[in-house]
Amino acid sequence: MSRQYETVIGLEVHVELATKTKIFCGCSTAFGAEANTQTCPVCTGMPGSLPVLNRQVLEYAIAVGLATNCDITRYAKFDRKNYFYPDNPQNYQISQLYLPICRNGGVEIETQLGGKKIVGIHEIHMEEDAGKLIHDEWEDCSLVDYNRSGVPLIEIVSEPDMRSAGEVIAYLEKLRQLIQYLGASDCKLQEGSMRADVNLSVREAGAQTFGTRTEMKNLNSFKAITRAIEREKERQIDLIESGESVVQETRRWDDAKGESYAMRSKEDAQDYRYFPDPDLTPICVSEKMLEEIRAGQPEFRTEKMARYREEFDIPDYDIEIITGEKPLADLFEAAVAMGAQPKKVSNWIMGETLRLMRECEVDASDLRFSPANLAKLILLTDTKQINSSVAKEVFEVMFAENVDPEQYVEEKGLKIAGDEGALRKTVEEVIAGNPQSVEDYRNGKEKAIGFLVGQTMKAMKGKADPGAVNQMLRELLQN
Amino acid sequence: MNVLDMTATQLSAAIRAGETTAVEAAETLLAQIEKEDKKYNCYVTVDREGALTQARAVQEKIEAGELAGPLAGVPVAVKDNICTEGLLTTCSSKILHNFAPTYTAEAVKNLQKAGAVILGKTNMDEFAMGSTTETSAYGPTKNPRNPAHVPGGSSGGSAAAVAAGECIYAIGSDTGGSIRQPASYCGVVGMKPTYGTVSRYGLIAYGSSLDQIGPLTKSVEDCAAVLEALTSHDTKDSTSVSRDDTDFTTALAEDVKGLRIGIPNDYLGEGLNDEVRTAVLQAAEVLAGKGAVVERFDLSLVEYAIPAYYTIAAAEASSNLERFDGIKYGYRTEEYAGLHNMYKKSRSEGFGEEVKRRIMLGSFVLSSGYYDAYYLKALKVKALIKKAFDEAFSRYDLILGPVAPATAPKLGESLADPIQMYLGDIYTIAVNLAGLPAMSVPCGEDSRGLPIGLQLIGDCFQEKKLIRAAYTYEQREKKF
Repeated sequence: MSRQYETVIGLEVHVELATKTKIFCGCSTAFGAEANTQTCPVCTGMPGSLPVLNRQVLEYAIAVGLATNCDITRYAKFDRKNYFYPDNPQNYQISQLYLPICRNGGVEIETQLGGKKIVGIHEIHMEEDAGKLIHDEWEDCSLVDYNRSGVPLIEIVSEPDMRSAGEVIAYLEKLRQLIQYLGASDCKLQEGSMRADVNLSVREAGAQTFGTRTEMKNLNSFKAITRAIEREKERQIDLIESGESVVQETRRWDDAKGESYAMRSKEDAQDYRYFPDPDLTPICVSEKMLEEIRAGQPEFRTEKMARYREEFDIPDYDIEIITGEKPLADLFEAAVAMGAQPKKVSNWIMGETLRLMRECEVDASDLRFSPANLAKLILLTDTKQINSSVAKEVFEVMFAENVDPEQYVEEKGLKIAGDEGALRKTVEEVIAGNPQSVEDYRNGKEKAIGFLVGQTMKAMKGKADPGAVNQMLRELLQN
Repeated sequence: MNVLDMTATQLSAAIRAGETTAVEAAETLLAQIEKEDKKYNCYVTVDREGALTQARAVQEKIEAGELAGPLAGVPVAVKDNICTEGLLTTCSSKILHNFAPTYTAEAVKNLQKAGAVILGKTNMDEFAMGSTTETSAYGPTKNPRNPAHVPGGSSGGSAAAVAAGECIYAIGSDTGGSIRQPASYCGVVGMKPTYGTVSRYGLIAYGSSLDQIGPLTKSVEDCAAVLEALTSHDTKDSTSVSRDDTDFTTALAEDVKGLRIGIPNDYLGEGLNDEVRTAVLQAAEVLAGKGAVVERFDLSLVEYAIPAYYTIAAAEASSNLERFDGIKYGYRTEEYAGLHNMYKKSRSEGFGEEVKRRIMLGSFVLSSGYYDAYYLKALKVKALIKKAFDEAFSRYDLILGPVAPATAPKLGESLADPIQMYLGDIYTIAVNLAGLPAMSVPCGEDSRGLPIGLQLIGDCFQEKKLIRAAYTYEQREKKF
């Protein structure tokens, strides 16, 4: 390949907002309920029903806009996007086209070369989610579940400012972090509470105009996004190199096959006949409302990192990881507030917590154990009531079902035996039962003491402090 | 004592006095419907059992002293585009032939709280699109004053039911004159309240930014009482307004001294029937005689109201009616090949000609490339019309004119020429575009004995002035 190409990428990111109720009615947004049990005349599009905006949706949208340096539209409106499909009970979606709530923003990302760049945000608009169609092949029919109909979404539309998959992931990570810090969404790609469509084109390096772009849908993980970008870039370059041209179309990514296929081309593009929804009054964002939201913005990651460096004696690397996920930072701060030593809390998070999260494929937002229980566990080890291997064992149980470590240790009899007499007795028995090792030790083989400690621990069923065992062994062997 | 001749106010008083009961009243009205409705076709659905059950419950409450208002125990007819839980609500369309709503409209709930007994659902132009009640999928309603003529529309069934004594009062909806014009044609009182006064929750939308529910009654007094009951601030309707001046019955006073009334020259020009003009100007004389200051003025922009209205209403309707697709409720075609064919066939077969015409018109004016030229321009015209009214109301308390250019046409005369039919809305439509309240009050009849309606238009939230003027005018005859 002689020519050099540049990839140009813009993203449309849908984020499901963490409100308790839907955007235009009072129905619950809780996930996983029986089909059509969280519905009412409004979100099933019954004749005569009317939408009323959930104020929390507006507040979250504005908060995200402020966090991404957008201009907040002081006089915004909702528009109807008209299209027929059964997952959309009114056959129009209430969205925003003409006057979206936020415009002209941007976030800073780190590029792979370690530099920084701004990815522009064209606009953020509010809209309602559609229902879910279930195709029953056995009965040869389709069913619809409107529980999700009317769940609030914001769509964040970036400028075509990204040039690689790495930048795309950095941008998505940044958005996710900001939105998680705001508490506006848990931003889970796998569960669909964050969805990204990738608009991608290629052009010869140095070209002034953009090439023809495609829009890629069905990207359910960062890995899929990366793979899809790489593959689509190659596909477009191949087309151009072989003298063909890229068709402007929407494509669907098949992650299992590692390729995409065309869904619809621009020629099939529907005319959505957008117009302002007459059922909803225009949104007037007052100075007071804006001030209140601004004042309520949380400490974001950069500020938090600076504060951690100031307040806690933990490594920069730990700070970076812990503040990278809001739930981890919350856990850290809460446990420290309960009196646990920051370094120890950090160690538990960096070590066992991250290990188990990886092994069990658990998101930070789904951690079960409470900061209080982590603090208790740390206290148990600090006071030498349990040793570190018991602590790890207890932590695994905590991780799975948030048990109270004090109670658990008590119930399972895992406490280090405080009774010196019992320990002495066991140690004497171990010495009597292992004459060869005793002999080795006395002949200067230091290693043999390790074996004897192990035997004692085994005999004590782990309920002893290895340091204390070691000391007592040496004491008794000297005699 | 004949229940059928009574107003709501009179009947409720008679029930309270023990002279009759809510149950007797309901039975009398149901018997009248049984007897007369074959002639007039006012009702799509009569809820005999439901009405008697409600009447018994209301009677108990009246006897217990829990209900004492002017609507307690009084039978009412409800236009068939206003949702009633479990009771068919068809919008006079085939596409909703089997649709029983899961909930009751806020306006109807308000009437029920006041002790209303719902007799049934009245015929209308399909989805309120029409001016004659002839576009109904369930046959036209006939004008009780002369069954060879239409009752007007779209709330023709409601107006005719009041005129035929098949209910004591009715409610309808008015998007471009759909309460006032049939009230005028049938010789009853009708009011379209200020936009936002009566909740639209449960009103099956035609033109959402223009639709208002309102009363059709025998007297101005009833009109005030029904409006008072209908009005509420409803948090389920974003366009609902919170008002603290809803004691409309307090405006029932014979007093127009010093009231400034303007008659737009534009409403008396070409196209207005002479007999209608004469009757309206005579009505103005009556008010002037009682102390009102009446003068003529130029309102301007009147000729732009019709194209602006048909653009906006059709645009909103094309979107509002998308939900009728054969998927969730209502009519679904028998045979189809795939989803889109089902949509197409169900809607082609389920909607009537006039509805399809307006859906196409509305889809066109919203389509890309035409949106600015038609829809946005219509919105600008709407804003200018509002400004012209603001200007007029800086000088006048009320505007007076005809409701319609002529009295009720004969059945079958109107649908052949839709443009001509649309032009008949010229005096009523601007009121909806500007969100204003307006009333239709009977002001005599033409040489053929067909009723003529006087239209009074107020500034936003000035229903009380309307009621005062209408009541004063009505008292010239001391009929009620």
